[in-house]
This record gives sequence, C-alpha cells and structure tokens, in this order.
Amino acid sequence: MPEANTPATPWGTPDLVQLMDETGTVRAHPTFSSYADELTDTDLKEMYRTMVLTRRFDDEMTALQRQGQLALWVPSRGQEAAQVASARALAPNDHIFPSYRDHGALLERGIEPAEITPLFRGSATLGWDPKKHNVHPYTLVLAAQVLHATGYAMGLNMDAQIEAETGEKQTGQGQATDPNQDAAKPAVVVYFGDGSSTEGDVHESMVFAASYNAPVLFFVQNNGWAISVPFETQSRVPLSTRAAGYGFEGLRVDGNDVLSVYAATRYAMDKLRAGEGPVMIEAQTYRLGPHTTADDPTKYRPQDHEATYTPLDPLPRLEAYLRSRGVEESFFEEVAAETKQGGQTVRDYVLNSKPEDFETYLDRVYAEPHQQVEDDRAFYRAYTAGFEEE
Amino acid sequence: MSQIFNLPDVGEGLTEAEILSWKVAVGDTVAVNDVLVEIETAKSVVELPSPYAGRVEELMAEEGQTVEVESPIIAISAGDASPEQGADPKAAEPTSLNTKDAGAQQAALVGSGPKADPVKRRARKRPDPASSSAPAASFQLHTKPAASRALAKPPVRKAAQDMGINLQDVTPTGEQGQVTKKDLLNYAAHMTLPQSKTPGASPSSFWQATEVSDDRIERIPVKGVRKATAAAMVQSSFSAPHVSIFVDVDASRTMEFVKRLKKSPQFEGIKVTPLLILAKAVIWAAARNPQVNATWTDTEIQIKHFMNLGIAAATPRGLMVPNIKNAHELNLRELAIALNDLTARAREGKTQPAEMSNGTMTITNIGSLGIDTGTPIINPGEAAIIAFGTIKEKPWVVSGEVIPRWVTTLGGSFDHRILDGDLSARFLADVASILEEPALLLDM
Repeated sequence: MPEANTPATPWGTPDLVQLMDETGTVRAHPTFSSYADELTDTDLKEMYRTMVLTRRFDDEMTALQRQGQLALWVPSRGQEAAQVASARALAPNDHIFPSYRDHGALLERGIEPAEITPLFRGSATLGWDPKKHNVHPYTLVLAAQVLHATGYAMGLNMDAQIEAETGEKQTGQGQATDPNQDAAKPAVVVYFGDGSSTEGDVHESMVFAASYNAPVLFFVQNNGWAISVPFETQSRVPLSTRAAGYGFEGLRVDGNDVLSVYAATRYAMDKLRAGEGPVMIEAQTYRLGPHTTADDPTKYRPQDHEATYTPLDPLPRLEAYLRSRGVEESFFEEVAAETKQGGQTVRDYVLNSKPEDFETYLDRVYAEPHQQVEDDRAFYRAYTAGFEEE
Repeated sequence: MSQIFNLPDVGEGLTEAEILSWKVAVGDTVAVNDVLVEIETAKSVVELPSPYAGRVEELMAEEGQTVEVESPIIAISAGDASPEQGADPKAAEPTSLNTKDAGAQQAALVGSGPKADPVKRRARKRPDPASSSAPAASFQLHTKPAASRALAKPPVRKAAQDMGINLQDVTPTGEQGQVTKKDLLNYAAHMTLPQSKTPGASPSSFWQATEVSDDRIERIPVKGVRKATAAAMVQSSFSAPHVSIFVDVDASRTMEFVKRLKKSPQFEGIKVTPLLILAKAVIWAAARNPQVNATWTDTEIQIKHFMNLGIAAATPRGLMVPNIKNAHELNLRELAIALNDLTARAREGKTQPAEMSNGTMTITNIGSLGIDTGTPIINPGEAAIIAFGTIKEKPWVVSGEVIPRWVTTLGGSFDHRILDGDLSARFLADVASILEEPALLLDM
C-alpha cells in the first residue's frame, strides 16, 4: 500500500497501520482487519500472558546481571507486542532467524525462558533445540542473521523445485514439523533492528531476496535507537520506504499494537507462501530500557523520555483492550502469579547452571586439531596469565 | 549464617565502583531483587538488587568509598521466613497499569550520568619479551601500548616478520611515520654488517631476557693477574680505586638526530633530549665491553647480562639514582618514555626504594647544570659511571678548518679493580662514537 508519489514523499512512504490505539480502542482497516479478526479472546489472552512473562523474564535477567550472575543482558522491554504478535502469526514450519533481543518471539514459539539464559550466563552457546522449534540461534554479529535467513529462504525455493521434479518432500536441514503434515508452505522470518538496517548485510540480503523471489519476511523492529544513535540520524525516511527501492512491498505498522503486528505478519506470510516475493514490515516500537546492561541510556536519551514513551508501552494497552472485551480481573491476577513463579524458575535455573570453561569452546571449533585454534588457545592462556597478582 | 554479597562487575571488565548511597540499613528485612545500593562505575550509575532474602546484618562499605570488584559490600542473614519467594525485580511491575510508577522505577534501574575518572581495568604484567621470541607461538602478544606499535603496510609487516626484524627497531621515513620497504631493507642491510665483523660480540646474544634464567650473572673466578691487580689497586688507593678519563666529542649529529626525533610522529608528545641518545649509546657500548656492567665482590666479578641503567638526579630529597630496569630491552621510544617517567618521578620526590636498587651502571647528567665534566664517584656495587657534560657550540677543526660544532665532554669513572684503563677507554670511545654518529645505533 505505498501511497501515491507526491513531492513530499516521492518514493511513497507506507501509511502507518494501527488497528488499536494507545487507549485500547480498535478501528477497522480495509486490508488488515480481517486478519486481526482471526484472533479469539483465547489468542489475545495467551499473547498477553506471553508478553507479561517476557517482561518479567527480562527484568529477572537484568537483576541477575546486576547481581553478577550474567555477563550481559539485552533487554526487550517495550518491544513485547512486536515480538510476540509477529511470532504468533507464523506457521509451525516457518523458520525464525532472531537477533539477540527477540525473547518475546522465542517464548511465543514455545521456547522456555530458561533455555534463553545459557548464552548470557556463559554456560552454553545455545540453550534451545533449533530443529524442535525452527528457531535459529541468537546472532551476536550485527545483522548477520539477515543474510542467513535470506539464504535459507532461497534454499526453500530450491527444495520446492526438487520436490516438483522428484515428487519427494524435502526437509532441508530438519525442521519442527513433518513435511507431509504441513498445511502451509514454509517461509522464513528474520528479526533485526533499525541499527542493523544500516548495515550492508541487510542491503545485500534484500537485493538477493528480490532477485531470487525468496520467501523471507524482513521484520525490522524500529525501536528508535541504534545503541546511542537516534533513528532520525540513521534514516531520513521510515525504513519501510526502502522496500520499494528493492521492488517489494514494505509495510509500516504500530509495533506496540498486537493487532496490527499480527495482521500485517499474517498478510505478509500469505504473500510469501503464494510466491509473491519478500516483504518488509517495519514495526515502530520503542526501546524502553538500555541497549544492553553495559550502557547507560541516560547519557544520550532525552530527559522527557519516560513521559513521552511510557504511554506507548504495549502491555497496558493490551490490558485495557482485554478488559474492554470483558476479561475478568481473576485472569490478570493469575497471570501475575504465574509470571512471578516464572521469574523464580529462571533465577533458580541460572543460579544452578555453571559457566563453562572458556577453553571448551576452542575444543569445538573444528573436529580435528587445527593450528589456528591452538594459536588462539596459546594467546588466551598467555592473556589470562598476563594479569598482575592482586 | 550470613550471606555475603560481593560487588559484581556490572559492566564489562570494570574493576571498581563507588558506593553512592545505601537503600537499606542494618536491621532491615530484604527480599531477593530489592534494591540494596546505588553504585557508580566508570560507565554508569546503577542500582544493585539483592541476590538474597533476609535481614541486613552489616553494611561493609561506606558511602563515598570506592570498592574493588569482588569485595564484600553487605552481609544478609539467612533464615528469612520465605527465602524462596523473591520479590519482583525493582524495575518490573509487569501487570501494573500505573505507567508513572513503571517509568520512575525504570529510571532508577539505569544510571544517571558518567563518572569522570578513566576506566580502571585489571593491571597487566610487563611486556613479556620471551613470548615474542618463542618459536612455537605464531602469534604476537600485543601487550605493548597500541601507540608504540610501528606503522607499516601489510607486505612490509610480513617481510619484517619473515626476516625476524622487530619493526619498532626500524627508523620510519614514511609520510605518516610508517616503516617503508626501503627502511626495512636498509635496516636489514645494516643489521648484517656488525655481526659479520665482530662475531661473538653481538649485543643481542650477550643480553639475557629475564625469562631465560633466574641467574643472569656470569661469574668469573677472581684469580691470577686480575686478583693481583685488584689487590694492588685497593692497597694503593683503598678509599677510591677510581680511574677517571675524559673525551671531547663532536655531538652535532646527535643534536640533528634529536631534532629529527622531535619532529617524528612516533615521538609525538614524548620529550626527546641528547641524554636519550647517550643512554642508548651506553647500553650499546656496555654490550661490547661487558666488564663495565659488573660488580666486584673480592672473590668474583659478577658480569651483568642485563642493564638497569641508573640516572643520577638531584631531587628534593637529595641525590637519587633511580634506574631503568632492563633498559637493554627497550627501543628508543620506550627508553625515552622510561627516562621521562624516571626523571619526572624523581623530581616530584616519588622515587621508590625499589626503583633505586639493583642498578648496574649510572649516568650523571652534569651537563644539565652547565658543567663540562667532572670525576664522578661510582655508585656502590657498580663498576662505572658516565658523566655527560654540557653541549655547547665550540670551535672544532674539521679537515684543517675551524668551524663551529656542538661539542660535549664525556667523562667516566671506572672501578680499577675490575677493569683497567684500556678497557675503560675503549668503552668511552664507543659511547663517543655514537654521539658523533648516532646512525650507528641502527645496528643495535
């Protein structure tokens, strides 16, 4: 739906899709309302539950980092709607390539909070089974997962060709579902942020995705900050505007509104499965916390940050909407108790897991002995031995 | 039983934090994740949530105190009625619709401003000379400050590595102060000359790194002529068996060299003086005449295969002779920095006893006082001391013509028990040759 070109927007900035406003009031949209209407009360309550759990998990992890139990934590605070609602719109056989902040998407996918912790505790590099959930590992190299996702989507097209020629179902590198039972053709979703969108990897991915008509949804959570660089510095136009330059559709949605995020994602996945090429969704949300536990946002964020952006918090908005639909107080109490227990479970799990000896990571780089690994090991040992005794 | 919370590293590799304010007092009951204290690190101000439930027994650090990471800061009793039931983390009120509350708590979690002090990190040991020469390791441990790393393009860097040349030793002439291919080839060409001329006297084979052996002292039994000479020397002049000699030197090229170094980007911000060239010259000459770097003990002469170069300095506390430990391991730039540090600390009266012990040889820079020369007294336990006279323009005869040159006088006193006049003279002549032609240093 890029609007007609005008002198003010010569490339056509996509309209902002918002189905539910900040007060929880819902309005109709000609294209997207039908998708949002799929959501039952149960769906909405489950999404709310996952969003609250995500936040409680996030806060517990931040506290654990402050208590010296985690090396680092990457908060998702404020982005729960964008993550949870988009993941809910996927089919079980779709593949998710997350960044390192997409805890809500993972929890929605059925991954346990505890399974997200090992990378940050240093007890393992990956805590969940990627093949069980079709969720790939967190990628710490900024934007690299966008390339991986695009390549995977191109591979799905090749699988489809082999299937067409041989009549045999292709399963790629293994996946969560039985291909014979799949109701829908698989597609790929890649999560990244506005900061990553500035990287060359994202550009290359979009060029290749367009050239090969790859079934990949570029889901960018524009949270307003690339660590300390405000979005206004990064781009003159909304990121969704860029899709037109690659020749595919870009959607711009209110990322704090579960309805529009869900609807836009469902719409995009339909297009991908129909072979109508890649789609980009820009979910406009806001990073309420720091970039990671290692930075201090008060050094670069405006003074009136809370006053301006706290009202955009997706949780109270969905709560108000649920109440307006007649959801009882008992539900909210139940969620509060459940998530509190969830926080305790994560704490126990983290405190009982042991950070791994660093050298074991070196052992796993190659199957056979390798000179570079031994050099790295020697360097590491010399480095750690190089500190003064205290 | 008390539960002790040690200050965690809340940043990445931070070593300390300041206690800004305690949010709890002794006797308070706290739950897991209750905020205990606000701390300020080099990166940010953060609140620390309690990892324990119980009663606060002791605050182990005061407000305003800077605490090392891993030091205990609070003791909390175990035995709370419901220790398993943690509170919600302070930043979180997951189900609250009260957005004002949530915002305020959010602000409390993250900091409110930088600390001006530079980030303190764990101290590292001195650069390890053995590790870079260890053949097994094909990596370079970058323990030296980044600024001292020589600039060079990758092919030059590779060639230097293949030739076994440390790029830091090569004088750069590139526009950005980088070592060029020509510089490297020049250096390599010069490097091979002195080795072929004076086999066995190569300075690099003479010096021993700290790691090679604990005992870097070569012991030569005192006997025969040596013993007799020593006994005679003490007998004839028991109070001061010194031999003092002097030589005038045309140091014009040293002055030019110092000027060039001052302009060189590699030496930006570093004080460069003729004393630096002299120090380097003394180290070089000592390797060629090892007896000057020695100790007499009546039963043996201990020749030191390392140079702890003392610099006599007038300080507020009187005359001090702090020394630069293992000065033979330093390149020109590192030596300049070490000299600056040493003199600055001496001038400020901050010289520590350890900095003055185990000297092996001394320079006294009497020229800085405007004196031409003198007969310096050897620092006890050493065999030689060099007096560096003032450098001034004097008439000098070159090819039968009198022309103004920058001239200085080198003086030296030597322990006659260890070495005789000829060796002292050879040593001083070697030092003088460097001041006359500092380019010879490139052979080091």
